[in-house]
Amino acid sequence: MKGAVLVVAFVATTAAAEPIAIVGAKVHVKPGQVLDNASLVIDKGRIVGVNVPAPKGAKVIDGKGKVVTAGLVEALSGVGLVNVDLEPQIVDGRFGPLDPVHADPVHAGYDARDGFDPRAVTVPVARGGGVTTVIAAPAGGLFAGRSAAFALDGGATPVRAPAAMHVELGAGGATATGGSRGMGIELLREVLDDARAYGKDRASYERNAKRRLIADRLDLEALQPVLAGKLPLVVYAEAEADIRAALRVAADYKLALAIAGGTEAWRVAPELARAKVTVIVDPTANLPSNLEASAVHDDNAAVLDKAGVTVAISTLGGTNGARVLRQLAGNAVAHGMPWARALAAITTSAAALYGIARGTLEKGAVADVVVWSGDPFETSTGADVVIIGGVVQSLESHQTKLFERYRKR
Amino acid sequence: MRVVLVICLVACKHAAPKAAEEPKLDFSAPWVDPEKFWITGAPPPSRPLSDALANANAPTIAITGATILTAAGKRIDNGTIVLEKGAIKYVGASAPAPAGAIVVDGKGKVVTPGIIDAHSHLGVYPAPAGKGNAEGNEMVGPVTPQVRAEYGYWPQDPQIERALAGGVTTALILPGSANLIGGRGFTVVMRPARTAREAAFPGAPSTVKMACGENPKRTYAEKGGPQTRMAEYAAFRAAFAEAQAYAAKQGAYVKARAIWEDKRKRAATQDAKRKDGKTIAGEGAPEVVPVDLKLETLAGVLRGDVLVQIHCYRADEMAQMIAVADEMGFRIRSFHHALEGYKIRELLAAKQIAVNTWADWWGFKLEAYDGIPENAAMLTEQGVRVTIHSDSAIGIQRLNQEAGKAQAAGNRVGIQIDDNTALRWITANPAYVLGIDSVTGTLEVGKRADVVLWNTSPFSVYARAELVIENGQVAYDKAKGMRASDYELGDSPLDRSKP
Repeated sequence: MKGAVLVVAFVATTAAAEPIAIVGAKVHVKPGQVLDNASLVIDKGRIVGVNVPAPKGAKVIDGKGKVVTAGLVEALSGVGLVNVDLEPQIVDGRFGPLDPVHADPVHAGYDARDGFDPRAVTVPVARGGGVTTVIAAPAGGLFAGRSAAFALDGGATPVRAPAAMHVELGAGGATATGGSRGMGIELLREVLDDARAYGKDRASYERNAKRRLIADRLDLEALQPVLAGKLPLVVYAEAEADIRAALRVAADYKLALAIAGGTEAWRVAPELARAKVTVIVDPTANLPSNLEASAVHDDNAAVLDKAGVTVAISTLGGTNGARVLRQLAGNAVAHGMPWARALAAITTSAAALYGIARGTLEKGAVADVVVWSGDPFETSTGADVVIIGGVVQSLESHQTKLFERYRKR
Repeated sequence: MRVVLVICLVACKHAAPKAAEEPKLDFSAPWVDPEKFWITGAPPPSRPLSDALANANAPTIAITGATILTAAGKRIDNGTIVLEKGAIKYVGASAPAPAGAIVVDGKGKVVTPGIIDAHSHLGVYPAPAGKGNAEGNEMVGPVTPQVRAEYGYWPQDPQIERALAGGVTTALILPGSANLIGGRGFTVVMRPARTAREAAFPGAPSTVKMACGENPKRTYAEKGGPQTRMAEYAAFRAAFAEAQAYAAKQGAYVKARAIWEDKRKRAATQDAKRKDGKTIAGEGAPEVVPVDLKLETLAGVLRGDVLVQIHCYRADEMAQMIAVADEMGFRIRSFHHALEGYKIRELLAAKQIAVNTWADWWGFKLEAYDGIPENAAMLTEQGVRVTIHSDSAIGIQRLNQEAGKAQAAGNRVGIQIDDNTALRWITANPAYVLGIDSVTGTLEVGKRADVVLWNTSPFSVYARAELVIENGQVAYDKAKGMRASDYELGDSPLDRSKP
């Protein structure tokens, strides 16, 4: 009964993709392209254009004094996977060093699509912070598995799945491989070699006529698009040495590499730029917390950007804290990153990395739009209207309901 | 190239005063554990808080033309603040700088009191987080009031320089929350130092950290308990019942000792008059109560000498702790985290218990499930003293932004929080929680010169501290960049000796 009610509610929201005109606002069509006192027109779930006539009967949203951007894209998220960190029942895709089923650190076959809960309590809270798409990504082990991109409109169909393959190097990956970082790289190469061998001749694998392969069949299968360069390989690495190792592996196997974490990435900026490697960073991660990666500084994002590296800003797996994404971008600006580049880092960078047609308000784009009360990065600003796929979203959440209940005297 | 980025941002905008020299070690008054004095029944000595004010090494500094937010109700546009010998000499409308003063042009900038964090683990959970230096939780038993954060505090933690660059001048360093009674806190001046004592805030009252809820349960469920909240409150009561008995014994001893001293004095007079050579003054003194460092902390709580800081998330648990305090006869200075404070704000206001919380943390465990961003605003509206605390070496670097977010959360739902109130969340109110509000936390004449000069409104995401002044001395100057910690020397972007 409860399930039926929920399904009906879901259908009702998705059916409401009426034409919308946001008028008189400052519109960031895409990072670096801003129009003042502009009107943004949306219809049938897409952006019709800026300063174009609105369809008859369009819902008009007053944008006077407001700022309009594309919905934010969180490049590495735990939203929908990790609901309450310390309650294992509602935590998915967070692995210990060894996968409990196969007792190995290789679970490339894991698909976040199967672990994602579109109705998780964290989803409406993140949405209230202007985050409209998350890449829900697994973590832990050496091959953590595959992420999936979801729009935060309550829908169970991913925007893209798989979105990427995720690997952990450094202290995390080394824990999974007996404490040795070199062993981690060796195992990484071994698995990729096995996947290549498997991909070339599945028939002999099925006849059990192949040399021993150290990964399981579905892991090997999941790695095929990675080897073909079609699915990005996102390597979590903090230390310069690990980032360089990842670059070598990616070059040897011709992989579409991205680096996440990347606290020491600034030291490898020219190489990363040359190899067109996107780096996903938390610009506030400025503590020499790890013995492995001590060379940290607040201007990592700014230095990478200046060197021509595509930077995506992220909470790096945040769940309940996903709404601070825009504050992280603001802090990157406070430490030297140009404003428009910081906006790109929470919209277009991640969209491009994962091949999602979102993150801008250009004609024809999927209409994920946020109307902000002011500068979206500012602490004093809130998201007044959130639109996903052309549909105005509810901003109610567990938190707003609690506030309403206890506000009454 | 990195180096250039760091250095040249503000260099030319004002004549920056010299950064503080390395502090001189003070060996003049060796630290004495106050408990020692119980052997004779004398009260523990305490440095007066006024020791925090004077600083002979501090130059005269005048910041002119700035917007001054005093956290004492005033906003002064185009104001001047003069700092002399470690204290605030003048704060008000534009005034000429005293002769010989270092003048800082504050035009277009904002001056506030130094930020105070009521909840930090800097130095006890330092960076790097190695196996060898995690000091925050003595997880061998749930009741360890005898331990002190001061003993575990590493005054060269690289996190200290970063907090300082975020405008933080003082923090309460607490043991963690694995234990029900985790030990004494340590109020520090935020500055790198060679010894813990150098970093101590002079004369700050003692504090104790307690914790209820999930953390002690999780830590001790399979280590002899508490396994449930039932056992937690039983253990709190048992500990304080024991402390009451101990305090009573001490009280009896002090009384008996006074009687004995008096008797001896009178006897000595009589003895002097005697001619037979016999004396009666040699009678045995009352037996000393052996010092128990565990119970000494708790007895201090019962005497009101030790300020009680309790980690608690849920409304019902805070109410349980209040019941324990009422039964056992102590006061709770403040609750920490208190994500459900808004549910019992009348109770907290009535009990005059302060609340330290975050702007928007929630949901990382079940007891944090009902946190809402309006918590700070709702409690403030009710009259509760609120602070925005960090409990995080990252968060401590931008408590100003966190206060800005909590302010915005209130304003968006119609609970108007003005700048003075939001500023008090991170200055005057934490000073109260630490018991040092009589000397710091606001910009008023006579108070300690703990001052931050910001490039813009401190509540902005773009705000950067340009000058951080502690006790009248410049502790951080953005134009000169952040000092590299000893740990980072030779291997860090902060160490400019290498490209």
